Amino acid sequence: MNTVLEVANVEKYYGNKSNLTKALDGISFSVEEGEFVGIMGASGSGKTTLLNCVSTIDRVTSGKIIVNDIDVTRLRGNHLNQFRREELGFIFQDFNLLDTLTAYENISLALTIQRISPAKIHKSVKEIADKLGIEDILEKYPYQMSGGQKQRVACARAMITNPQIVMADEPTGALDSKSARMLLESFQYLNQQMAATILMVTHDAFTASYANRILFIKDGKLFNELVRGRDTRKEFFNRIIEVVTLLGGELNDVI
Amino acid sequence: MLFKLSVKNIRKSLKDYAIYFMTLILGVAIFYIFNSLDSQQAMTDLSSSTKEIIRLMITMLGGVSVFVSCILAFLIVYANNFLIRRRKKEFGVYMTLGMGKGQISRILVGETFLIGLLSLAVGLFIGVLGAQFMSVLVVKMFEVDMESYVFVFSKTAFFKTILYFGIMYLAVLVFNTVSISKCSLIDLLSAGKKTEQIKMKKPAVCILLFLASAALLGVLYYLVAVTPDKLDTGSYGIIILLGCLATFLIFWSLSGFLLHMVKRNKKYYLKDLNAFVLRQINSKVNTTVFAMTVICIMLFMTITVLSSGLGINHSFRVSLEEMTPVDVNTEYMPPEGESAGISVSDKLQEEGFDLTAFQDDYVDMGIYATDQLTMGMTIGENIDEVTKNFMFLDANLPEDIVKLSDYNRLAKLYGREQYELGDGEYLVLCNIDDVKLQRDKMLKKGEKIRLDGVSYSPRYEECQDGFLMMMTNRINPGIYILPDHAVKEAWRTGGFLAANYAVQDKKGVEETDIKINAVRRESGIYSNTRTDIVSASMGLSTIITFVAIYLGIIFLISGAAILALKELSESSDNRERYDVLRKIGADESMINRSLFKQIGIFFLMPLSLAVVHSVFGLQFVRKMMITIGEVNRFGSIVTTAAVLLVIYGGYFLTTYLGSKRIIQGK
Repeated sequence: MNTVLEVANVEKYYGNKSNLTKALDGISFSVEEGEFVGIMGASGSGKTTLLNCVSTIDRVTSGKIIVNDIDVTRLRGNHLNQFRREELGFIFQDFNLLDTLTAYENISLALTIQRISPAKIHKSVKEIADKLGIEDILEKYPYQMSGGQKQRVACARAMITNPQIVMADEPTGALDSKSARMLLESFQYLNQQMAATILMVTHDAFTASYANRILFIKDGKLFNELVRGRDTRKEFFNRIIEVVTLLGGELNDVI
Repeated sequence: MLFKLSVKNIRKSLKDYAIYFMTLILGVAIFYIFNSLDSQQAMTDLSSSTKEIIRLMITMLGGVSVFVSCILAFLIVYANNFLIRRRKKEFGVYMTLGMGKGQISRILVGETFLIGLLSLAVGLFIGVLGAQFMSVLVVKMFEVDMESYVFVFSKTAFFKTILYFGIMYLAVLVFNTVSISKCSLIDLLSAGKKTEQIKMKKPAVCILLFLASAALLGVLYYLVAVTPDKLDTGSYGIIILLGCLATFLIFWSLSGFLLHMVKRNKKYYLKDLNAFVLRQINSKVNTTVFAMTVICIMLFMTITVLSSGLGINHSFRVSLEEMTPVDVNTEYMPPEGESAGISVSDKLQEEGFDLTAFQDDYVDMGIYATDQLTMGMTIGENIDEVTKNFMFLDANLPEDIVKLSDYNRLAKLYGREQYELGDGEYLVLCNIDDVKLQRDKMLKKGEKIRLDGVSYSPRYEECQDGFLMMMTNRINPGIYILPDHAVKEAWRTGGFLAANYAVQDKKGVEETDIKINAVRRESGIYSNTRTDIVSASMGLSTIITFVAIYLGIIFLISGAAILALKELSESSDNRERYDVLRKIGADESMINRSLFKQIGIFFLMPLSLAVVHSVFGLQFVRKMMITIGEVNRFGSIVTTAAVLLVIYGGYFLTTYLGSKRIIQGK
């Protein structure tokens, strides 16, 4: 197993000397290829900041983030954009599909900005749509789709470029429980069948229980780590709840 | 407190809507400049005949100003309307905080008041400065020598501007209050989250509609450009209405099927952000078809009005120099019962005019005509082509004839070419292009004319350029020149005299003008002095030019401003979309390019259709103005294009840069 992501001693400060907020305070961990890692924490714990730093949307104050032997904290300008579009896939809480484009166009956009030949794009889109079961809605606009469908289109857009890591920020946050389950099953499919490495931020224990490993963050520091191992999802879910309770009810909005 | 909010709001939006303020300021300034003409210093130095013309011009500009203020009012209300729409969420927040609609209206009143005050103050300031340049322009146009420079300020124009714009801002206030009072809180709050329903049109319907409206336009083009003479005034209105409708339908249908066409070309569609750009345009065209139509029509007006206005002015000027080689033309047309045999100079003396006022080289000649030579005979079957364009011509009208030796003396005085003719030859002078065209057909055939049994053949295969009488422009429909022996004294219908004054200084010319104009008309003497021709022509062409520039620029800035504002306000809606693009890794340069394309296409769409409209519109103007001369001058079209490029292009660039700033979130 290769290490695809290594986060080493990352710090992210906001504000100035007199009023300093440490959003990330020396976090280190690594993600192996094919892992499905969940990051949990209360709101304000720094989990989204962490994801933003890894996905190069935000900059770290100090420390290193290495994706596939590249230190992304050193990338600048168009190299950053190139890295983002070639190595990373994104799935956002509010889908972030472009409302003017059909599902097909939304998915293909990720490839067109890589300047891939149109013939190849068409084939890739069909392929990924088939795998995620969204062939029927390819010609629909976001406003014609249900939340779950939108999220799966977003999945397809994130996966179509064969990224090193797929970043998911509260992917179930805007979904009802049935759609959430369907989405998470697609995540599992991506992870197990397509060997995608997934890094998912959530504060929902149920969502987190689909992951192989969970990192808990509190006040910008790594607080605990849970590995699913051979547990069933239900057992894993119970262990997660235990940790959440241990966190002292601060994560009171679990489930 | 409320007033403070107003001030802060303006300061905030000043950056985003700089274009709106600029347009308001420009509108105020232009309005002031054109209404301040009456008190221009230059006007006081003008001769009395020119003053008459200027008075006419000021009355006309006053009328045009009412029209202009209607356009500006439309612009302001329209622009303001979507500025309000964009701020609904802000008003929603005020209302959740417990502010009443009355208080929100008060905020808006404060804002409008401030904007109005600001734009009026700056606009008037710029206008007063601009009026100084205007006076230089007027001086140049009327060729007056100004004794000394005086600062020009027009009180009337100043208050008129304030009054007109005050009324416009009041209208805006009413509109604002009404649109706020109609809104419910939930609408206001969710205005930002609107999920625009993109109604897809059926491509087949769109293509059919497109073809139908293109065909309709084709018919209209044919009507105005090829057969304008068959139209009566009543049908103009219908044609304009149908033209607007066709324009609207073209944009509407184009938005529907253009996308489908491009989509088929996967190579292009799936390249870079092209799919995104096209979808952006498509989603917006659906909602902006009306605005596009308005802008297209405004641009069309700009191009046509400016280009033909400048063209007419130029053609006046060019012909004027050529057409007025001497100081005075005097004609003698004998009243009923008097002999035509008397020469003009004798008649003038009879009437008590002192011939020493002329230089010695004056030319006094006879004009002849006979029933044996009428227009119907000389032009033949093509006479209808001529009479339909020139109401004053008729098939039964005898052609004017002059003797060769007489004409050559005149040509020498005028500094024009002198001719020679064989015994059995004739030549024709004509300088109206359309009449010349028909005459040339006959001359080319070598058409012989018969006078008293003797036949004469044409010396040249086409009409020669020339004239007897000085006119404001080229409107000599034809004069036959025959060898002296061929012309019978019995045919004499009158006399003609051309002369330069003996005294050439300004005062001398003025005095002689008065003297010659004092000769009784009843005696059959008609004089036309250069001074009169020049001032009539100058005055007319200046009026046309001023009105053309005034209207053209107002149309242009209104159209461009609407487009720019619409694009800018939409850019803030699009900010999220561009953020998504950025997150999935699109380069800045790629995003900028797509933004450029998008705005570029939006500016180009109405422009291209407007250019097509103008091609035919100008053709129409040309046909209607044929007697004035050639109005479709290349130079004036180039000037119009340059004005368009600078102003419209300027608006485009400002919009692009502004949008870029907005989507970058800076």
